[in-house]
Amino acid sequence: MENIENSIREVAEKLLSEKKVDLIIGYERGTLPLRTTPCFVDKVEDVQKLVWNASCDANLSKYVVGRKEKVGVVAKGCDARLIAVCAVEKQFPRENVVIMGVPCLGVIDRKKIEAKLEGKEVLEAVVEDEQIKVKGESFELVLPKNDFLCDSCLTCKHRNPPIHDVLVGEKVPEITEANEFAEVSSLESKSVEERWKHFEEELSKCIRCYACRNVCPLCYCKMCFVDQSMPAWFGKTNDLSDTMIYHIVRAFHVAGRCVDCGACSRACPMDINLRELMKKTEKIMKERYGYEAGLSLEEVPPLGEFKMEDPQEFIK
Amino acid sequence: MVFTLKWKVIEKSKLPILIGELADEYEVFAPVKKKSIVSFERISAGNEAYLGFRNTKKSPKEIFFPQTETLFTYKASKKDVELAESPTVKGKRVVLAVRPCDARSFVLLDKFLSSGEHEDVYYLEKRKNTAIVGLACNHPLSTCFCTSLGGSPFGKEGMDLLLQDINDKYLIETVTERGEKLIEKFPWLKDAEKPDIEKAKKLSEDAETAMRSKVSVDGVSEKLDEMFDDPFWDQICQKCLNCGVCTFLCPTCCCFDILDEEGKRVRIWDSCQFSCFTLQGSGHNPRPSGKERMRQRIMHKFNYFVKNYGENFCVGCGRCVQECPVNLDIREVVGAISTRKGE
Repeated sequence: MENIENSIREVAEKLLSEKKVDLIIGYERGTLPLRTTPCFVDKVEDVQKLVWNASCDANLSKYVVGRKEKVGVVAKGCDARLIAVCAVEKQFPRENVVIMGVPCLGVIDRKKIEAKLEGKEVLEAVVEDEQIKVKGESFELVLPKNDFLCDSCLTCKHRNPPIHDVLVGEKVPEITEANEFAEVSSLESKSVEERWKHFEEELSKCIRCYACRNVCPLCYCKMCFVDQSMPAWFGKTNDLSDTMIYHIVRAFHVAGRCVDCGACSRACPMDINLRELMKKTEKIMKERYGYEAGLSLEEVPPLGEFKMEDPQEFIK
Repeated sequence: MVFTLKWKVIEKSKLPILIGELADEYEVFAPVKKKSIVSFERISAGNEAYLGFRNTKKSPKEIFFPQTETLFTYKASKKDVELAESPTVKGKRVVLAVRPCDARSFVLLDKFLSSGEHEDVYYLEKRKNTAIVGLACNHPLSTCFCTSLGGSPFGKEGMDLLLQDINDKYLIETVTERGEKLIEKFPWLKDAEKPDIEKAKKLSEDAETAMRSKVSVDGVSEKLDEMFDDPFWDQICQKCLNCGVCTFLCPTCCCFDILDEEGKRVRIWDSCQFSCFTLQGSGHNPRPSGKERMRQRIMHKFNYFVKNYGENFCVGCGRCVQECPVNLDIREVVGAISTRKGE
């Protein structure tokens, strides 16, 4: 980890001093244990702020969208894929972005640790290789890191950034055997009524704070459908029907573009499993179009173009 | 109004009985745990309340200021419009186990929503009929900073009664006359003894010393006077996603939007962090970017409110610190302002 951190700083320094970029977007230490926070470095002397660890969970591609200046961005596999999606969608000129790809072994899910500790607060935490050492008021625990990674990381098939300009650190082995659609399949096996009830239960927690939307690099619309007021297409209350339609329409909008970075689920203050709905759209895209988002800078997303061979069994 | 300060005790195992009896007469709201989330809900039985929380995910403000609230209904015909007021809350309510920071937020909200020319009748109507039973914090979280903003882990401001966890029992302190009347309904409660009160005093002192987080707000308001056009905001807003986590979880944020929905005029929570918050009918937006919106949030809490009401509009509950998706920590922002050197 420290080696990668040093390499990130070296690459950042080089990019800045050679004036290849105006700004580096990376991570710095957070104010709480197991947290980092996005960091914007435009001076060589500040590259020492940059860190790399298993709490680098923010999807920094969010900060690349819409930028005019040249930037270098620290990117895990999922981040790099989203940069690719947004570049294909012409949200910034590809040549303006130096993707500093970092092979990733997964990021820690703080909520899993909180659940394990049942109300006890982590005051200090150290992550060493496969272990998370947490300390609090009158307790100390060693947790196996792999049991506390984000769900999206557990089945991630692209831990090495598929698209990058610089690769920082050694490549890591990819996960090949895990079934990333296990949760979706188990949901699919339920009846319509059961599924509806499940989504009702999850989404009734929603407080319409839009953290899921605002944290998502794909939600870059200048005016989101849900914010439109002339006319107002969708209800903005937290009544269940309004809330559900917001989440369903958002899922449609990111279908075929979402790479399951898990940022929406991590950002949700109400612990809604937002990935679930997105994962279903991802499965459909894979089954119908054999498509995975963010692996190419040339390919137009299937829902963004028409091909004669597209499945169209709905035309009778 | 003079009332005699009364101290009672209740064994923890008997609290559900008390809550059950309360629920026979009052609408009772208390923290309820559903999966990982603890939040205030209407309860009907004592065992539904969950008191093993450090603080609830959402603040109890929604009991008085629901996220979605129908203000009135209307029926329009070609000739005229028929209006009907929304039913008001008739019954008396009790909110149980409110942490001192949140109870203090009600005092600030009362000032804000009842002063000046316009009173927020929807809020005040509910406030008027509601007794607040607080729950002192023996173990403040590392993100709590109530003591920096005039509160304390055993603070009583905004409460009618205060429960203090003294191991196997709760010490119940009466704070107001309303609290006294409430406690009189339970003649079976035992009087507290001197050691109970001493124990609580000790726990209160311990909790105060255990406060890890201190934020210096002295002079912040004055510094902000000079900072409206400062490049500080360009720096500070960079990572902000402009979502509504901080404002929606905040116990004092109470901005709202009003909209019409199928014959109903509804108000919903709104947030100064949303771009549409200030979007005008002309298409002009006086707060066009995250910079202006972030500045507004800090200014409102630590400058405008101070000028208008003499206090900061923050109680230091730490929810925004814990839940910000990008760890933008208000303690750091305020800290950075307070340590700035004067021009």
